[in-house]
Amino acid sequence: MKIVVCVKQVPDTKGGVKFNPDGTLDRGAMLTIMNPDDKAGLEAALRLKDQYGAEVTVVTMGLPKAEEVLREAMAMGADKGILVTDRVLGGADTWATSQTLAGAIRNLEYDLIITGRQAIDGDTAQVGPQISEHLGIPVISYAQKIQIEGDSVIVERQYDDRYHVLKAKMPCLITALAELNEPRYMTPGGIFDAYNAEITVWGRANLVDVDDSNLGLKGSPTQIAKASDKVRKGAGEKVVLDPTESVDYIVDKLKAKHVI
Amino acid sequence: MDFMLTKQHEMARTLFKEFAEKEVKPLAQEVDETEVFPRGTVEKMAKAGFMGIPVPKEYGGQGCDPLTYAMCVEELSKVCGTTGVIVSAHTSLCCDPIMTYGTEEQKQKYLVPLAKGEKIGAFGLTEPGAGTDAQGQQTKAVLDGDEWVLNGSKIFITNGKEADVYVIFAVTDVVTDAKGRSKKMISAFIVEKGTPGFTFGTKEKKMGIRGSSTYELIFTDCRIPKENLLGQAGKGFGIAMHTLDGGRIGIASQALGLAEGALERTIEYVKERKQFGRAIGAFQNTQFQLADMATKVQAAQLLVYKAAMAKATQKVYSVEAAMAKLYAAEVAMEVTTKAVQLHGGYGYIREYDVERMMRDAKITEIYEGTSEVQRMVISGSLLK
Repeated sequence: MKIVVCVKQVPDTKGGVKFNPDGTLDRGAMLTIMNPDDKAGLEAALRLKDQYGAEVTVVTMGLPKAEEVLREAMAMGADKGILVTDRVLGGADTWATSQTLAGAIRNLEYDLIITGRQAIDGDTAQVGPQISEHLGIPVISYAQKIQIEGDSVIVERQYDDRYHVLKAKMPCLITALAELNEPRYMTPGGIFDAYNAEITVWGRANLVDVDDSNLGLKGSPTQIAKASDKVRKGAGEKVVLDPTESVDYIVDKLKAKHVI
Repeated sequence: MDFMLTKQHEMARTLFKEFAEKEVKPLAQEVDETEVFPRGTVEKMAKAGFMGIPVPKEYGGQGCDPLTYAMCVEELSKVCGTTGVIVSAHTSLCCDPIMTYGTEEQKQKYLVPLAKGEKIGAFGLTEPGAGTDAQGQQTKAVLDGDEWVLNGSKIFITNGKEADVYVIFAVTDVVTDAKGRSKKMISAFIVEKGTPGFTFGTKEKKMGIRGSSTYELIFTDCRIPKENLLGQAGKGFGIAMHTLDGGRIGIASQALGLAEGALERTIEYVKERKQFGRAIGAFQNTQFQLADMATKVQAAQLLVYKAAMAKATQKVYSVEAAMAKLYAAEVAMEVTTKAVQLHGGYGYIREYDVERMMRDAKITEIYEGTSEVQRMVISGSLLK
């Protein structure tokens, strides 16, 4: 079995979020980590490798520095790392990113593609499903459990109050939740092996079946006008009423805010 | 000369730090208080490959250099001195001599499960009458047919009752040298837990590193296979000394970690603790104390890393190891003591980590060669 895992290097928000004067993220001033949902996706792939035997290839798009997450993934047990980096790919939104990753993945053989549900810096949860759309394969999102049965995959898809069990024929794409598992640690020997291993670096020229108009800033339908730190919510309002009055009060509030 | 760590070492440090913060730190106080060996942590370390860092991959280890191993002990000891010494004694004192002196069969049988962390290792040299004077050994081993018969006891053995494999030293012969003095010939043996005649004595109640299992080992007509002789008969003293050279780098790393941990906690504390309307970090006395502590910690780190690198590149590194252990241990004692002082009354309370760190630090000046022994080794090399 061949598994492709998409990972993203994201700012480590534990160290505090820092902004440039123009309101964009000051990525250089922040420590970076492997996006937690992606790490869970990688762990899921490595467990499938342990259980069924598989070759795990990790793909990331980013600056040359993003190579670090590939080394980390390989130190955890991934077999190959591919870095997609090119100046023309910069400023990509989810559309251009998914086009880029799909263009890279078209070079690879795969039975399964696993991505994280969403990145902690963008929180869109769009890239995974978009990749599956570009590649014309099924997608199962929000996976909390993954099993292989013959040429199919059986996945528990998480909801707030329940889960669905879905079966899909491979090749397919799964988006993973951080809650899916507890990712393993790298091993010390794995770290040294990862730095001895070759990382494949691809640029625009290596992307298959992707039009320039779908890449980078120019190919991004969405543009970020401004990013800012979270505005704290107010303390809220507390009222003491009997049950009937409470219902009326809440319904009025929701109507006033056009929620219902 | 380059003081920059490689990217590999930086990433390894990130790994050790993350593991220590997440898996070891939350248990450190409990391990100290209850004196219970952190078996669960050891299992997790085994899974992460921490129990065989400098052992070649073909023998189940990680195939990393001694610096990576030193950094692991350092990061673990920053949050828990007990966990640091468990890894150090296992790796330096048991895996290392088997790796260096063992036959292929011994390596396959003992080193592989040790390096994988499936088994825990220990080392027995010290006896009631043979501490710094390792020649004072009383434990004897006599060859009887295809077996060695061990009689005697070892004390203060780290990982004592928790270990599965022990490297044990015993007198196998007494010869007369050229000047007519009798000299004990010491040999090294690999002994498995559960061997008839091998039992445990008292569990020591210690000042620090209280979660590490420190026991007396007793051998009463304990018969072990002939092939469990480690290295050549009569060459055990050299094996012990060489093993301790490596062990000192592990203990120096433990001492360094303790000093660093105490300094980190103190920096946090002096920023928060207010007296006379100001954080105590605003007082010059605090600032100067911190400056001295940090400078000494840095100097200790350079000596420890230099010794670890010497182990990778030099055949003999006794002086580097002795200097690293001597200095790091004394810095650990000084820095943890100052850390307690800067914490004031709270520093004397067990709820605060520096209290434990000061108790843990003391042993680093004593075991695997006291500071006095290190000074003997260093001065011996100057005056030879």
